[in-house]
Amino acid sequence: MSTISKPWDKDPVLTVEHLTMRFGGLVAVNDLSFSAGRGDITALIGPNGAGKTTVFNCITGFYKPTTGMMTMRHKDGATHLLERMPDFVVSKKAKVARTFQNIRLFSGMTLLENLLVAQHNPLMIASGMTFLGVLGIGGYKAKERQAIEKAKYWLDKIKLTDRADDPAGDLPYGAQRRLEIARAMCTGPALLCLDEPAAGLNPRESAELNELLLGIRRDEDTSILLIEHDMSVVMEISDHVVVLEYGTKISDGTPAETKNDPRVIAAYLGVDDEEVDKVEHELDEVQAHHTQGSGQ
Amino acid sequence: MEVFIQQVINGITIGSLYGLIAIGYTMVFGIIGMVNFAHGDVFMVSAFFALIFFLALTAWLGIASITITLLIVMVISMVLTGLLSWAIERIAYSPLRGSFRLAPLISAIGMSIVLSNFVQVAQGPRNKPIPPMVRETFTLWENNGYAVTISLKQVIIMAVTAVLLVAFWYMVQKTALGRAQRACEQDRKMAGLLGINVDRTISLTFVIGAALAAVAGTLYLMYYGVVHFADGFTPGVKAFTAAVLGGIGSLPGAVLGGLLIGLIETLWGQYVSADYQNVAAFSILVIVLIFMPQGLLGRPEVEKV
Repeated sequence: MSTISKPWDKDPVLTVEHLTMRFGGLVAVNDLSFSAGRGDITALIGPNGAGKTTVFNCITGFYKPTTGMMTMRHKDGATHLLERMPDFVVSKKAKVARTFQNIRLFSGMTLLENLLVAQHNPLMIASGMTFLGVLGIGGYKAKERQAIEKAKYWLDKIKLTDRADDPAGDLPYGAQRRLEIARAMCTGPALLCLDEPAAGLNPRESAELNELLLGIRRDEDTSILLIEHDMSVVMEISDHVVVLEYGTKISDGTPAETKNDPRVIAAYLGVDDEEVDKVEHELDEVQAHHTQGSGQ
Repeated sequence: MEVFIQQVINGITIGSLYGLIAIGYTMVFGIIGMVNFAHGDVFMVSAFFALIFFLALTAWLGIASITITLLIVMVISMVLTGLLSWAIERIAYSPLRGSFRLAPLISAIGMSIVLSNFVQVAQGPRNKPIPPMVRETFTLWENNGYAVTISLKQVIIMAVTAVLLVAFWYMVQKTALGRAQRACEQDRKMAGLLGINVDRTISLTFVIGAALAAVAGTLYLMYYGVVHFADGFTPGVKAFTAAVLGGIGSLPGAVLGGLLIGLIETLWGQYVSADYQNVAAFSILVIVLIFMPQGLLGRPEVEKV
């Protein structure tokens, strides 16, 4: 976009370059490039069908992109090319976690178990591929206790400690959303991708969510990439906004910049009232002119 | 009364074996929604592994202690059967994942035929015997000249089954692998996104199911003293019946179903007709499928959207 280097380009946790995803003749994402800064909350917004979720699906290994490169850069300098990884490696090695628009918890398992499943890999190693764990040999017990501690920490953060042993499916909607975020955080991600976390939340729950996300940015080593329709969430918490329309990027900048970008206003926020008035006024004038003309 | 109790003891013994095999069916069904029809033959092959190593250990190496022999044979059979099942899954099922639903089922039937025919050719079509090993029998009580007895073999079968079920239960409920299995059962894609290697979890499920079947195979060989290449079929289908009766996908259901099938079969044999023993067991399969398709402990099927 602009030649001036943006803050998020200096130390990006994720860079997406020339990402294109085609489904037959449909181009869902068209030559998209952006970067998400380390420690930032980056929002990906756009009207329905703009290709936001497709971008997420490419990042998390659900889809193999038609073309393009997606690079995760860890703090230690290690880089991972996401487009080459099967889905479980994206979480295990590249440390990308995600949530879904429609909640996908393991509803038959308890809250605690949901959070422990997310810590599968370290536990699997500690249990010596389960065999030693069943026999009670080795450091499995200690590792398991550590994992439970971590799970409790997150249950505390999402204020669901007292329901730790209930099945996740019994929780109310807002709590399930928070649990899904906590579960994603339990994988120890460097990048957390949230697909419309505020969808269906009431204003109070929405405010709690903002607090949770800001808390993650403040306390954890995790950057956040966010798809959101709720503009109050986007404008309040994000550092950087990328706007998509029909799979193409139309704007990229700080919330204030994108908010005032005419292309965004036209495409996404709609034309505001003043402009409507102005257009209507012009139309009236034209019409008046015409009636004058025909009257002569 | 004495006869009844004697038959209950016999029924529980057979039922334990069915239960051990049924777990393999129910776990695999739970995680990938497929009936592994080759499982019965995997059980049969495990009995042959046990036979071969039992004869090798006693005849060549001359190990005299039955307990040690039995233990070694069981462990070897578990490992080899686990490997076999892993290979079967890799070769015959995993390439068909994502194909239409019937494909792995047909592949499993093919695998079943391959295994039984291979054993028929390799081991011969006759019963293969081992020398009787555990002969002690305890008399529990005697009444009117009828003694209720329990043989040491039966005690071993019940004890080994109980211990294994506890260990297995612990694994499913408390270890990372068990949690991963349950997670894959509910939402495989999501489990993958949380860093769980789904393919490996499925393979391990097959291996664990096969290892339990191998224990059943070893105990079966010890109990009857003979094994035959077609022995996979009837116990296999009965264990499948047990899994369906208990509610396929439910682990306690598989064990409960196994015990019930064992009891029904022996009691039917005692009081009604020994000739129609198998008919009784399979009639249950039909009746359960018609009137109670979700089984005793199964969850009613919920359509996933």
